Amino acid sequence: MKFLRNQIDKLKPTFSEGGKLSFLHSTFDAFETFLFVPNHTTKNGAHIRDGIDLKRTMFTVIVAMLPVLLFGLWNVGHQQSLALTGTDGSLFNNFMIGLIQTLPIIIVSYGVGLGIEMAFAQFRGHPVNEGFLVTGMLIPLCMPPDVPLWMVGLATAFSVVIGKEVFGGTGMNLLNPALTARMFLYIGYPTSMSGDAVWTYLPEGSKTVDGYSGATNLGELAAATAEGKSWSDDILSASIMDSFWGNIQGSIGETSVVACLIGAFILIASGIGSWKIMLSTLLGGLFMGWIFNISGATGAYMDMPAYYHLIIGGFMFGAVFMATDPVSAAQTESGKWIYGFLIGLLTVLIRVFNPGYPEGIMMAILLMNVFAPLIDYYVVQSNINKRLKRVNA
Amino acid sequence: MGKSVKIRRGLDISLEGKPSTHIHTLSSPTTFAVKPTNFKGLVPKLKVKQGDEVKAGDCLFSDKKNDKICFTSPVSGEVIEIVRGNRRAIIEVKILADSQISYKTFDTTNFASKSPDDIKAILLESGLWPFIVQRPFGTLADPTITPKSIHVSGFDSSPLAPDLGVSLRGQELFIEKGFKILDALCEGNVHLNLNPKKDNTVFKNITNTTVNHFQGPHPSGLVGVQINKVDPINKGDVVWTIKPQHVAFIGKLFETGQLDLEQNIVLAGSEIKEPAYYTSRVGACIDNLLENNCSNDNVRVISGNVLTGDKISTSGYLGFYDNQVTVIPEGDEYELLGWLLPSYPRPTISSSLPISKFLKKKFKVNTNPHGEPRAYVVTGQYEKVMPMDIMPQQLIKAIMAKDLELMENLGIYEVIEEDMALCEFVCTSKINVQQVLSEGLQLMAEES
Repeated sequence: MKFLRNQIDKLKPTFSEGGKLSFLHSTFDAFETFLFVPNHTTKNGAHIRDGIDLKRTMFTVIVAMLPVLLFGLWNVGHQQSLALTGTDGSLFNNFMIGLIQTLPIIIVSYGVGLGIEMAFAQFRGHPVNEGFLVTGMLIPLCMPPDVPLWMVGLATAFSVVIGKEVFGGTGMNLLNPALTARMFLYIGYPTSMSGDAVWTYLPEGSKTVDGYSGATNLGELAAATAEGKSWSDDILSASIMDSFWGNIQGSIGETSVVACLIGAFILIASGIGSWKIMLSTLLGGLFMGWIFNISGATGAYMDMPAYYHLIIGGFMFGAVFMATDPVSAAQTESGKWIYGFLIGLLTVLIRVFNPGYPEGIMMAILLMNVFAPLIDYYVVQSNINKRLKRVNA
Repeated sequence: MGKSVKIRRGLDISLEGKPSTHIHTLSSPTTFAVKPTNFKGLVPKLKVKQGDEVKAGDCLFSDKKNDKICFTSPVSGEVIEIVRGNRRAIIEVKILADSQISYKTFDTTNFASKSPDDIKAILLESGLWPFIVQRPFGTLADPTITPKSIHVSGFDSSPLAPDLGVSLRGQELFIEKGFKILDALCEGNVHLNLNPKKDNTVFKNITNTTVNHFQGPHPSGLVGVQINKVDPINKGDVVWTIKPQHVAFIGKLFETGQLDLEQNIVLAGSEIKEPAYYTSRVGACIDNLLENNCSNDNVRVISGNVLTGDKISTSGYLGFYDNQVTVIPEGDEYELLGWLLPSYPRPTISSSLPISKFLKKKFKVNTNPHGEPRAYVVTGQYEKVMPMDIMPQQLIKAIMAKDLELMENLGIYEVIEEDMALCEFVCTSKINVQQVLSEGLQLMAEES
């Protein structure tokens, strides 16, 4: 430790003001404080401070995403193997295929994003904020496995610059940055982000086995709705248990409800993620599904049991990792209940009634991101009114 | 009859160096200081010069805005130094104490027949007036005002704080008398807020007050929290607060006619070899307390508690309002990957530091903030330690944006710095909440 510290102290003047590489000051600072908690002490106010900081907070979120990531790696290989041979490959093989396809996406996401963040931090004379450590992992997890790398880079750049830095950087953004990236690709390059062909990574020129279909649960449901089929026609090819465990096709990180639940457990147990938002999102989804069930209308979605909504598609992944982003979510405690509930409700509404895009959670979260300040406004206003009432009483 | 309130949201930070209940008496300190910086917003007008001889109770300086508010010498002796800081602002007025203290006498006989204005005049002249703090804003009380009510918190819930049942033992008579004086000063009630689980025998004979009961973790003992629960401050209200040990000073003055500021203080913290109660005096130099009693050189000496106190040097002076000195290690050391693998346990409310959270041991804290300042990211954190019906993060943001109307609407009149000290402690983004709030209060006070 002493040795490492001495090396850093030797390097420090080069990067400090007046040094040769002072234009990399923020970057150096980011790495230094990653390695060593600084020797600063409190100057005024409370002399002692809590052991938690933003680095630890963000790191905990990354730990919570690990089950999803590991499962996703395996599943990318698993799905390819099923598509090409009709049988499952070995565990190791699946992992390796997943790693070969996914690792470059992760590297591009982090490389582009952190590069831009550091440039902005240097330009503004700010320290590098840790927020992108989480965003940089969320972006690959919500991408289809087949996404071209240049798109990942472009979307990341868009989300960091337009989604975050123009608002003032970490803590100031209106929209969830990872979903902004996904939205950007979805609108700009819809053929690479939707349809039946993108959910399984297949090497170029390879041939799939007979009977292979690239459609996801949501794709099948949307098609069935368009054809006027009803739920009893056995629409879904994947069993509900498969959808629950996650060995189905979909974006890299979204398929496994189990892995998402492990992540939710880590976030809630560590107190980092808001259980209020997660729970209310699930309740909102169930509520809307139940409304459709009792509405008397017929159609593929109308008779599907409400809990299916929570299991298929990216609902769980969105509820656990995307909706809970504290910056873009509602910031008041009662506001969080409303915010989450409406996300769940809108997700199901969009799924059922929007013919163009089968998944609703991305739209629902981004929409509620926009409305979160309004929700907070009314919650704050109720506190204000209570105080005003006291004066008049 | 008063209210009984259970505080749920809050935090007791358990620290090493809890004082034993033994009261030590050391040789009297030789120098004393009165610090104008202890009083918020005060511009002092000096009344003595270097070399003057003063008695205990003689005026050293007064408030430039209200010349009647005197700040008097706690002992008799010679003014040896007037310490000035930036722009010649007075930092300390130092006094070399006589070995035998001689007192100025005040005419306090027959106080029962005196009018509130006479009582105020005595308090102002004797220098006891500044012990009364006025809300909103936590400033010196304005003697021309009659407050809605006066609140006294009968217990201190801050980390390592003195147990008033120990430190005030033997002062029952003075406290009783002091409360009678307070009763004459306000039109409404005097509230005495007690914790039924503590030793309240020193308050047993007090009449004419509303007694409220508070239980629960810190900040249940903060008078601001108590006011918010039983008698909240609305726009236009003025409430005064005073601490029980200062009520005893008032009682003593009216009993004896002399300004005797002797008090028992707590010397605590992990770096103190013998944490206990010590007999001292307002403004006393603490060097004799720390002599051979400090296990380390690299320490932070705090006049007050670790959440709200002032940093002083090892030969510094006890603050005007303080009855506690806390000594903890400085934290000026690098910690390899400390954010990931903390190398020693530290207090936290975050469950992401499970060992610190669940072993529930006593902590040896230092002054390292364990991270760097960041923009607000995490939400819902301040609310866990804020028992008042106030939205803490929204209030701080309103202050940062200098939005006066929103600050007022969100209840800035109800808080002073100490009420939000726990928010500052728990802040993930390491925002200096008390400093921000202080700027907001100052801004508000200037505008209103």
